[in-house]
Amino acid sequence: MTPDEIVGRLGSGMTLGIGGWGSRRKPMALVRALLRSDVTDLTVVSYGGPDVGLLAAAGRIRRLVTAFATLDSIPLEPHFRAARERGAFELVELDEAMFMQGLTAGAQRLPFLPIRAGLGSDVLRVNPHLRTVTSPYEDREELVAVPALRMDAALVHLNRADRFGNGQYLGPDPYFDDLFCEAADTAFVSCERVVDSAELTAHAAPQTMLVSRHAVTGVTETPGGAHFTSCVPDYGRDEPFQKAYATAAADPDAWDAFRTRFLSRTGTERDYRLAVQNWHKEQR
Amino acid sequence: MTRYATATATRAEYCVIACAEAWRGDGEILASPMGTVPSIAARLARLTFSPDLLLTDGEALLIGDVPAVGAASAVTEGWLPYRKHLTMVMGGKRHVMMGASQIDRFGNQNISCIGDWSRPRRQLLGVRGAPVNTLNNPVSYWVPRHSTRVFVEKVDMISGVGYDSAAAAGPSATRFHDLRRVVSDLGVLDFGAPGHAMRPVSLHPGVTLDQMREATGFSLPVPDAGVPYTREPTAEELRLIRDVVDPRGLRDREVRRP
Repeated sequence: MTPDEIVGRLGSGMTLGIGGWGSRRKPMALVRALLRSDVTDLTVVSYGGPDVGLLAAAGRIRRLVTAFATLDSIPLEPHFRAARERGAFELVELDEAMFMQGLTAGAQRLPFLPIRAGLGSDVLRVNPHLRTVTSPYEDREELVAVPALRMDAALVHLNRADRFGNGQYLGPDPYFDDLFCEAADTAFVSCERVVDSAELTAHAAPQTMLVSRHAVTGVTETPGGAHFTSCVPDYGRDEPFQKAYATAAADPDAWDAFRTRFLSRTGTERDYRLAVQNWHKEQR
Repeated sequence: MTRYATATATRAEYCVIACAEAWRGDGEILASPMGTVPSIAARLARLTFSPDLLLTDGEALLIGDVPAVGAASAVTEGWLPYRKHLTMVMGGKRHVMMGASQIDRFGNQNISCIGDWSRPRRQLLGVRGAPVNTLNNPVSYWVPRHSTRVFVEKVDMISGVGYDSAAAAGPSATRFHDLRRVVSDLGVLDFGAPGHAMRPVSLHPGVTLDQMREATGFSLPVPDAGVPYTREPTAEELRLIRDVVDPRGLRDREVRRP
């Protein structure tokens, strides 16, 4: 599939999970394809990074489910911040571990999973829909019942995959990409390279196989598809470009120029890569 | 040894010592530092009085050596991706030192947003892992710039849970709740005042109690015996900070007071 074909399977109003973490291994090529489409009114479920920032800046998010949005080396995601400060979307703000429990419940078709986190914090105040549950055992502990995070579709980016949808990560952290795929009705994997199945474990241990084809609907090869976030060990974060993104985000005119140059509605992922290459040449 | 004479310790170095002391006696658990000074401090603690501590590379690895902050580690002794890290938090084998955009007298901490949550005046990080941290493993705080903007009467969004909030939430919330200390660039505080309220424990040399009270947005109890100074680093600790753990002097970028 191409990124645009994948986005063609998505619709406005959907609940969309996005893998990765902060500014790390985000399926940015798919996010860029989403920005070229008319898909909007999304509920986005993400450990947020520039995926959230870009979709928020483009007004595509109706509701965001997250524990944070950050660019990691730049602590505050500027578009997320601006969107929150103008009340641009509804926020379901969860703790990181509550989020993990929600994904796990979603993957296991449970209505909820219990957790201690959230008690005593304002997470319960700002999410009045959250309930607690009492342990049926002698301890009678009262815990937070994190509702399952089920999604219509999940987007993740991995280092390698075969054409059947078996996906492999070669970096140090799987993040929660397998759970995103398993907790979604459809899941789409973009990857640096599509390879033969036999090649996946020719030079890597089998436990790098993070997502299995039974949980994947479609695969697309997008070299540099996590740019400007990191996709270790294929590449680290493009820090100069991320800085340019954050700087442009702070000023409407600069953002218009950035968008015109890098995120044209009529462009392609290839056009994006060329624009980034040219930008890097100018910086020298 | 004159080069490491303790009389030459800087404010940043007193902060490192005060943060390192948070992990004294912690044993074989993960020291999880957020910020530069706590990162230096955790490594110093491991190299000196808490040799069993586990350290991370800040990403997904437990490191078996103690490189300088910002330098690559050569020895991996474990794998700690986010999912295992969160499990470790909930298992309690971790003592985190978090930052705080706001913190109140009972240790309620905010890193989420400033102003009304539904339409914040300033959006910050989000609650991140503060709710799970504070209910499950020991927590200390590091505030590099002690001011009335940070030390407030009431935080805008409780991210990290304070003693009063945990008590109000019931026994599941208090079962593993354990806020240890707050280290700032002015001194050290803990929650030893009546009702688990914050109180000064030590002042960094050169700081007066009045200075700390003026920089704090709620009243601090004054112990009858007065407040001692933060302990001096030993010559060996100064050597480790300056030559081994932070040879690039990153600590001075985080702590700007003299």
